[in-house]
Amino acid sequence: MRPQSRTIQEDSTTAIMWAAAAMVTCPFLWLIGDLLWNGVNQLSFSFLVSAPLNAGREGGIGPILFSTLLVVGVCMAVTVPMGLGTALFLSEYTRDDHFLGRLIRGSLDVLAGVPSIIFGLFGNALFCQVFGLGFSILSGGFTLACMVLPIVIRTVEESFRAIARDQRLSAAALGLSKPTTIRAIVLPAAMPGLLVGIILGLGRAIAETAALIFTSGYVDRMPESLMDSGRTLAVHIYDLAMNVAGGNPNAYATALVLVGLLLIINCSSSWIAARWTSFNQLPA
Amino acid sequence: MISSSTNISSRSKSDCLLSWSVHLLALMAGGLLLLVLAFLLRESWPALQHIGPAHFFSDPDWYPTEDSYGLTAMVWGTLCVTVGSLLLAAPLGILSALFCHFYAPPLLGRWYRRMVELLAGIPSVVFGFWGLVVLVPIIGRWHPPGPSLLAGILILTFMIIPTIMLVAHSSIAQVPVAYIQSATALGFSRWSLIWHVILPTTKAGLFTGILLGLARALGETMAVLMVCGNVVRTPSHLFDPIRTLTANIALEMAYALGNHRASLFASGLLLMSLVVLFVSLAEGLRHRKIYAATK
Repeated sequence: MRPQSRTIQEDSTTAIMWAAAAMVTCPFLWLIGDLLWNGVNQLSFSFLVSAPLNAGREGGIGPILFSTLLVVGVCMAVTVPMGLGTALFLSEYTRDDHFLGRLIRGSLDVLAGVPSIIFGLFGNALFCQVFGLGFSILSGGFTLACMVLPIVIRTVEESFRAIARDQRLSAAALGLSKPTTIRAIVLPAAMPGLLVGIILGLGRAIAETAALIFTSGYVDRMPESLMDSGRTLAVHIYDLAMNVAGGNPNAYATALVLVGLLLIINCSSSWIAARWTSFNQLPA
Repeated sequence: MISSSTNISSRSKSDCLLSWSVHLLALMAGGLLLLVLAFLLRESWPALQHIGPAHFFSDPDWYPTEDSYGLTAMVWGTLCVTVGSLLLAAPLGILSALFCHFYAPPLLGRWYRRMVELLAGIPSVVFGFWGLVVLVPIIGRWHPPGPSLLAGILILTFMIIPTIMLVAHSSIAQVPVAYIQSATALGFSRWSLIWHVILPTTKAGLFTGILLGLARALGETMAVLMVCGNVVRTPSHLFDPIRTLTANIALEMAYALGNHRASLFASGLLLMSLVVLFVSLAEGLRHRKIYAATK
């Protein structure tokens, strides 16, 4: 290639790269800026705690925050033990090439790609109808648990696998039983990864809408029990934007609260992950 | 795998208990996919039996209350919006990953990657809301009515760019340094390095990202529901309002009964099979050995 055409090619590709990056960055800044611009004014302490009035056009999101907390709480109460158990099985109780382990891993990978609306259909059929839970916080929480389980399991399993083989060998040489090894060696060493996995699942659960609209329902009152229907933040945004004329200002504020929550979750998980790597890289 | 108990004939009670419960939990988690499939089949069975799969494609329209169950228009809607967003997102996502590795100053590259990660975490309902209040009015002023295939394509593009970019980014990061050093030593320009070394070695990784993005676009519900207008009609141009299969389920599930409900589950089954196909392909590609041994 002649030098001149080569510089032209270099320059033009460089320009294309920067243009592509700008085309991704601008809408992102636009979205965040728009949410801040239109949402910040509505945001106040009373907005966070008061009940929605007039179908959500006025008032706040108190009961909705509470329902979100309950749905996500139910979800995590199911996900954490199941995720932990399955991850332990995959990393401590099977060989890498064991067919059962591979089967479960493969099925979880596929499950992680299943669209949330499918989980909504499944949750509606199983929890609302077969289990007879109806539109309730329990149904919603269980449905979300099915959805976030694969992400939690794979993250936690990775963190178990990152533990040096030597540590397990030493534990075995000292005559520790498997439960003791897990409790005293594996779990403490993998704790940051465990937290990251749980936090990632939490983020996915809070952001979800499609799986919840026909499992936990629309009701925006303060839930009295786990069998009540409850509206989460994401469902509230959807309802205000689509079904309530004049609901946009409060939808903006709710969206800002939701994105803010997710930002905190996201940052804390990367903070833990960063601390974890620096911790693991310390000389022995 | 390793602990003394496997070498000693007697196992303690707690050992057995933990082993059993862990096995049980793992089987439950592994069986979840089958359970989901089984329930979709069970609920869509009446539709498959009474209406028959052929009717979903031969019936002219979607009037479930009048026993007309044509999904064709919505299948076209789904296809158009998915393919359209993929055509935009695939180049943008891959260029973004290349930008991060080879063009951006290190600090900017890191920040850019953080930004894309944040973009990946923004809930689809927020994308949909932003599309509804910002993007749709702009398109509406340009070419009424506004809620359209184009709006859906643009919103979906920004939702799947992170998927494609992050997978591409990590597969580029795995290219052996020796390849890059040799290319540089041979006097390759930056673009030649990318074209002749990076892209060929990361082909499988890039394709994995695109397939995962495809699966995500296919299954996305809230954002397309909010910006696409939801008219059941085969789109003839970019500004036509469309309804996707996912949006149809979300809109009608709340009040559907009998055959109507079953046919919604059947469309869910169709979606699920497509997504499972693409994700399995992607996972198969991801685990394939893509580089020659470097030693």
